Amino acid sequence: MKKIILIGNGMTGFKFCEKFVASSLRHEYELLVFGEEKHPAYDRVHLSSYYTGTQADDLYLAPSNWYLENKIHLRTNEKIVQIDRESKSVLSEQGKSYAYDILVLATGSSAFVPPINGLNKKGVFVYRTLSDIDEIKKYVPHAKKAAIIGGGLLGLEAAKAVLDDGLQTSIIEFAPRLMPRQLDDRAAEILKTTLQELDLEILLNKSTEKIIGSDKIEALQFTDGSNLKTDLLIISAGIKPRDELAKSAGLEIHPRGGILVNSRMETADPSIFAIGECVVVHEMVWGLVAPCYEMAEVLIDNLQNGSSEFLGFDLSSKLKLIGTDVASFGDAMVKDENTKTIIYENKASGIYKRLNITKDCKYLLGGILVGESEEFNLLKQVVNNKMPLPANPEDFILGARGGDSSAGIGVADLPGSAIICSCENISKENIEMAIEMDEAQTVPLIKKCTKAGTGCGGCIPMLDDILTHYLKSQGLEVRKTICEHFDYTRQELYDIIKVNEIKTFDELLKQYGKGSGCETCKPLIASLLASIWNDLIVKQDTIQDTNDRFLANIQQGGVYSVVPRVPGGEITPDKLILIGQVAKKYDLYTKITGGQRVDLFGARVDQLPIIWEELIAGGFESGHAYGKSLRTVKSCVGSTWCRFGMHDSVSFAIEIENRYKGLRSPHKLKGGVSGCVRECAEARSKDFGIIATEKGWNLFVCGNGGANPRHADLLASDLSKELVIKYLDRFLMYYIKTAEPLTRTSKWLSNLEGGLKYLQDVVINDCLSIGDKLETEMDQVLSHYKCEWTEVVKSPELRKKFRQFVNTDQKDESIKFVSLRDQKMPAK
Amino acid sequence: MKTEEYQWIEAAPVEEFPSNGGAAVLIKGEQIAIFHFSNENRWFATQNKCPHKAEMVIARGLTGDSDGHPKVVCPLHKRSFSLENGKCFSDKEYQLKTYPVKVENGMVYIGFE
Repeated sequence: MKKIILIGNGMTGFKFCEKFVASSLRHEYELLVFGEEKHPAYDRVHLSSYYTGTQADDLYLAPSNWYLENKIHLRTNEKIVQIDRESKSVLSEQGKSYAYDILVLATGSSAFVPPINGLNKKGVFVYRTLSDIDEIKKYVPHAKKAAIIGGGLLGLEAAKAVLDDGLQTSIIEFAPRLMPRQLDDRAAEILKTTLQELDLEILLNKSTEKIIGSDKIEALQFTDGSNLKTDLLIISAGIKPRDELAKSAGLEIHPRGGILVNSRMETADPSIFAIGECVVVHEMVWGLVAPCYEMAEVLIDNLQNGSSEFLGFDLSSKLKLIGTDVASFGDAMVKDENTKTIIYENKASGIYKRLNITKDCKYLLGGILVGESEEFNLLKQVVNNKMPLPANPEDFILGARGGDSSAGIGVADLPGSAIICSCENISKENIEMAIEMDEAQTVPLIKKCTKAGTGCGGCIPMLDDILTHYLKSQGLEVRKTICEHFDYTRQELYDIIKVNEIKTFDELLKQYGKGSGCETCKPLIASLLASIWNDLIVKQDTIQDTNDRFLANIQQGGVYSVVPRVPGGEITPDKLILIGQVAKKYDLYTKITGGQRVDLFGARVDQLPIIWEELIAGGFESGHAYGKSLRTVKSCVGSTWCRFGMHDSVSFAIEIENRYKGLRSPHKLKGGVSGCVRECAEARSKDFGIIATEKGWNLFVCGNGGANPRHADLLASDLSKELVIKYLDRFLMYYIKTAEPLTRTSKWLSNLEGGLKYLQDVVINDCLSIGDKLETEMDQVLSHYKCEWTEVVKSPELRKKFRQFVNTDQKDESIKFVSLRDQKMPAK
Repeated sequence: MKTEEYQWIEAAPVEEFPSNGGAAVLIKGEQIAIFHFSNENRWFATQNKCPHKAEMVIARGLTGDSDGHPKVVCPLHKRSFSLENGKCFSDKEYQLKTYPVKVENGMVYIGFE
């Protein structure tokens, strides 16, 4: 049998093995693979996960016995040091010689290390292999401060790893901006701000001259004369092709490094081929995994007398960086007289989006997304398939206003040849075939059937879209069932619970579900049960989300915060004093909230009942800050004191808050009441807002603050108080009955067919003839209201649920605090 | 399970644990999360510390199953872990230590190696 020798057992080398096994070559050739690392090929893309604790063998692309089973001879820990092209053999470091008929070089790349004085000092590392990570991890306990040279993809990954390990971390970038290859100035500036908010120091325009320290690193000296103290340095400034072996064998090397091959992956020697990050093809080194996989595939085809060519590759990339998304696609930074750009920038939310389009506005060339990248998959497809743009391409990044989403282009418009999964090279056609012929009618089945989505996983949302579209086109129902345990929608479950008078999760699961439930169905059904019956939620504590289970908001360190209700924001001096006394007694951090009340942070779970006992004795009750339920009804000063006030907004706010307190809903609910048009209560940013007019009150609904601010819409004007309450009852109950889980009123309205007009028809004109029913149901639910904390405090059985440990009264000593501005805060 | 290889230490009586949920115990200074799937009468135990941010909260997570495999979801950032082997379903970098559990005469025991 003839012999193929493959030098390199990295990701590209492995792909070659995989394709070799699946080809006819395995009948003609023996494959011998050399790897210089001790590990067989592993997933280097997820190297950072090894840092955070994944075992090395979980990162292996295939277990060691896979090679044996497929008759591939793998020799790890054996470095090839010489190629003898005349005798067609290679020589290993151990002095052994091996003959080949075909030689494939997949030697990969190493970390590029810029010339800096003092690189040999202790505490200086690169970030490239599993053993690099082992070395860094060993050194971290001796360090307090870390510096990363390189503000590119890899550098930011490395920075995240050491930052998470508790080191104070600085990123040093030679260029004037972060990720200079992927981002333009404005995008990089947004990213920089986001990273700085996470306490990462960013130093730009810095060139490192020297590493200072006697035997270990103590500081860096930059060419501009400044210094940076650090105990640990990771250099992650790019990659350098491993071309030394090829070079010593006399193969042609690109002037800037890299083995020169043509698009068929051939070197000048007819027996030698090269693939992956060690080569230069089309004048560049391809440092992403997808194009390297493509090279392996091209070569396997050509070795079987095929005529494949590597024609370059889409270098679009999307990354979840530290706390933010960064994506670039197509020609991300092009700027010339033949292009136009559309830019959306929101510095407050850390969002930047850029589209580059042709001058005639017909085609998309590429772009950048920072902060939000949901549109990435679709935009990439629009570029790669040269799809004509719709009339308003800005809708892609702004969201369509009042029409279809995604600027009218969806998966349906993609050609069958569109590559959906670029890791595995799977087209839309392949996926549709699997859905149709193999009945792969769920995303996991599609993954199993086609391998799409099994690499980086970035295309999974598109698989879902393609599936949904296919099912719809076949007239099959697409129901948003809640999870694998219940084959029902939220609305169906609402009716099932109500009609069959089901009171517990266990009962519902037994009769209508399967399995043990999960984190999706449990809180959802808990919320439905509470919305319908308003029973005490702690009776079924283990189906509640953690905040509802312990009737408090979980915070950093696993401690909780306590928020007593202060209706309308009105509070007596005595009650304020009591809050102060309780906070002082239990050493709680105190902060005024945006909802006009006081939040007390840092209580251990076992302290919650005693803290509440004291608050309740002083006349407080639960503020439900932990629940998907009514939070606060904020008010302005109103006509009692304010010289502009038209009506008494405070009294009305108190009345409304007391009416709906404890009402459980698909998501949290906030309200506001303003005494005049000056709107000091900011009621139009709430789920419902009431604003005084000369003739009565205007009722606004479906506003939102938070991440997606939206002004509330006017539902009805000049109402009496009674009518406000009537309409609110109907509006809230209709929302509770029909909204998808965890959907705020503003999103619910934007998804409601017919929009505001329809909502007005339901609430005011009673077009569905359900007005009376909604009001009665609301009355019933509200009549069952009990303060949850009052119930817990008086029941020894319920209080037991708040123990820290069930086998001892000892306290959790892992919770640590430090002091900040005369109060405590969690220690990091 | 090879019971003879473990040192079995008393955790708490069965009734101290919520049904279909979890609670924490402190044994020899170690915090352990114990879960009772009362619907199928199965018990599981893991470290109480979430490996993501090192907070002692796993016992307070929601329990359930994924394709029939029992799991717990960290209450802080919603990472879910297999109760059979402690592996994180969503981020393969994270891993919980698991412990064997046995129940005898109404008492729950944890096995230490």
